[in-house]
Amino acid sequence: MFQFVLRRLASAVPTLFIVVTISFFLMRFAPGGPFNLERPLPPATMENLMRAYHLDQPLWNQYLQYLKNALTGDFGPSYIYKDNTIAELIGKGLPYSVQLGSYALLLALIGGVLVGTLAALRQNSFLDFLVMSVATTGVTVPNFVVGPVLTLIFALMLSWVPAGGWGDGSLKFLILPVITLALPQLAVFARLTRGSMIEALHADHIRTARAYGLPQRAVVITHAMRGALLPVVSYLAPCAAALLTGSAVVESIFTIPGVGRYFVLGAINRDYTLVMGTVVLVAIFVIVFNLVVDILYGLLDPRVRHD
Amino acid sequence: MTADATGTTETVLSVRGLKVDFTTPDGDVNAVKGIDLDVKPGETLAVVGESGSGKSQTMMGIMGLLANNGRVTGSAKYRGKELIGLPLKGLNEVRGVKITMIFQEPMTSLDPLYTIGRQIAEPLVHHKGMTFKQARVRVLELLKLVGIPEPERRINSYPHEMSGGQRQRVMIAMALANEPDLLIADEPTTALDVTIQAQILDLLRSLQQRFGMAVVLITHDLGIVKHFADRVVVMRRGEVVEKGTIKEIFEEPKEDYTKMLLASEPSGSKEPPADTAPIILEGRNVAVDFAIGGGFFFGSDKVFRAVDGVSVRLKRGQTIGIVGESGSGKSTLGRALLRLLPSTGHYHFGDKNISDFDRAAMRPLRKELQLVFQDPYGSLSPRQTVGEIITEGLRIHEPQLSRADRDKRAVAALKEVGLDPAARNRYPHEFSGGQRQRIAIARAMILKPKVVILDEPTSALDRSVQGQVIDLLRDLQEKHDLSYIFISHDLAVIKAMADYVIVMKNGKIVEEGPTEDIFEQPHQTYTKTLMAAAFDLE
Repeated sequence: MFQFVLRRLASAVPTLFIVVTISFFLMRFAPGGPFNLERPLPPATMENLMRAYHLDQPLWNQYLQYLKNALTGDFGPSYIYKDNTIAELIGKGLPYSVQLGSYALLLALIGGVLVGTLAALRQNSFLDFLVMSVATTGVTVPNFVVGPVLTLIFALMLSWVPAGGWGDGSLKFLILPVITLALPQLAVFARLTRGSMIEALHADHIRTARAYGLPQRAVVITHAMRGALLPVVSYLAPCAAALLTGSAVVESIFTIPGVGRYFVLGAINRDYTLVMGTVVLVAIFVIVFNLVVDILYGLLDPRVRHD
Repeated sequence: MTADATGTTETVLSVRGLKVDFTTPDGDVNAVKGIDLDVKPGETLAVVGESGSGKSQTMMGIMGLLANNGRVTGSAKYRGKELIGLPLKGLNEVRGVKITMIFQEPMTSLDPLYTIGRQIAEPLVHHKGMTFKQARVRVLELLKLVGIPEPERRINSYPHEMSGGQRQRVMIAMALANEPDLLIADEPTTALDVTIQAQILDLLRSLQQRFGMAVVLITHDLGIVKHFADRVVVMRRGEVVEKGTIKEIFEEPKEDYTKMLLASEPSGSKEPPADTAPIILEGRNVAVDFAIGGGFFFGSDKVFRAVDGVSVRLKRGQTIGIVGESGSGKSTLGRALLRLLPSTGHYHFGDKNISDFDRAAMRPLRKELQLVFQDPYGSLSPRQTVGEIITEGLRIHEPQLSRADRDKRAVAALKEVGLDPAARNRYPHEFSGGQRQRIAIARAMILKPKVVILDEPTSALDRSVQGQVIDLLRDLQEKHDLSYIFISHDLAVIKAMADYVIVMKNGKIVEEGPTEDIFEQPHQTYTKTLMAAAFDLE
């Protein structure tokens, strides 16, 4: 098991390298640059800036330099947040985003599996249709609509929770952003769970469990749900990535100082190093979650267990 | 276990007017139309019927195991206690304790995610209030009882680590865990090899004698019934056709349907071709290796030799039967002879040496070398009409044919296999298993082949349908002077179809010779075991 984890982490290195390379060059091929402002800078200033940030060097050199620095953990200075390095920016914002994201992930996972299971057990009933229509709505309505509507109702009209900000980080500040962020993912988990639960409940070994008079709880949870969770678990990794990128919108709606806004600001301002930093961050998240998924898979299913 | 002395409970299971209906988009289907039957303590009652007779659904209905769209009405009393309409809680006091079941599919009836030890223990834990730890001793006992070697080690095995026969033994252990009054065995051996089949049936019988439980045996196989049951109920289309003791049913059947079932064991034999008949297909020293294991990046050099130096000579007009259990390499040999997979050896087709032919070189010969598969459900594309399916080969091998000509050939081929030519505009799912197999045969015959390899062509079919397909294959052979290689695990079918038999085991030929010799005087122990397993049952 330990060896398996090590092997997988080692195989993440080439993946990261490819991700870094592709995004580095893609970013540079996009028109414009970090210092192309609305009012053009005087050529002399521009030249000095370019030299200061080594942007005057050939692209290859810049790329190699970036790789070298990245290996030592130095992702360079931000071009727009001039007094901060990328590591500092991400280090400051990440705790907020991670907290927000993990609550949202938990809510989406637990809520989605619960709702999906209920729908599967009452297949084609009113409850099933209700749950599935809500789930479809959850996927289709974008979070920049859900967020403000929730704020309008629960913060402004009912005054149950604050409208935004992080405050002291207590639960009441988190409720609305977590729900907004989790809702689309919850809907996906619900659909996935419903589908795989329905299939699992039709399996021959479920008939065996029923024929042997096992209580409904044992049939559904012990036998059906464990198998049904496999496809659900494999959605964890894409979900984690979606939550991280989804936080860009949610964090700006609720003015939370996380890393989400850097995705947008970095790209709009051609802040090369910031974009690279966020790309690496997402890549690491996806790789780690894929590993977690594989480990969970092995725990759930003895047929794919790793030695 | 004998009947209670209370008098009201002299039957273990008493079924009256039982109906099972399914609601489908095309209207209600009456799967079981009001049947009566009784099971007495300690006896074995066989419920016999072909697919669609409602024999399984009767038991599923009684046990509350119908699909969501199914309804059961009528009465089924276990020792006087009504089971139909019983709430789940009450039903669960009977299921798994007093009445237990074994199913047909040993591969999927056990949960792949739990050890077999845990699964056998579950009925003990839930019904007897044991902990899993306490149940362990009893589980080991049960594993020993059903003949699983090394129970201490095997108790921690997962189902995928066991063979089909072993899994069925595990199911039996689970069924016996709470010492039931009645065991319902739904086609318990249909998915198993003959020798394993015999072992499982012997095991069931000895356990029945030991524990005195009643057994309801649901099967389509009259051979097993004669060997195993005390009384028989024959079912057809949801109704009971005939009931009686083994003697009555087998010696003096009253109903035509029962007589037909009894007579539908394949019969007849095939004359060998004349000595002067030319050899049409020959494979010498055929060997096939499969790579096993190995990762994505590094191929493994471990190989499994599926076929190991086998030689076959097929004469014109001959039928060679290849017999063997699963894993014996018989299907692989068939494909190797058609040069459909990488293999070594010398191959001749007619007067051509095709040993070194690659795919492109083989293509023009494919027309004359056809293959018919076992699974009439999986081998026909569900998205093509029957006409498209059977003319596909013509489009490749005879591209000069016009659309109208192809259609004419399709009509002729369908007529030849006994189907209505209108079938060509319909889709495979609209046909029964036997009809689909006819379609698959038509697909091969339309090309006017010289050699046809038939890979278990009748194994998925009911006996009565099997007989029709066999007759069809015989007629076609006679009419077109075809040569067959008939691959099957079913000795009765081979005996009726082939004039020469090859017995295979572990990729090698164990014994070969004219059909009569192999069946009358087998020399090798393995052949004898195989024959004993197959024909002791009949």
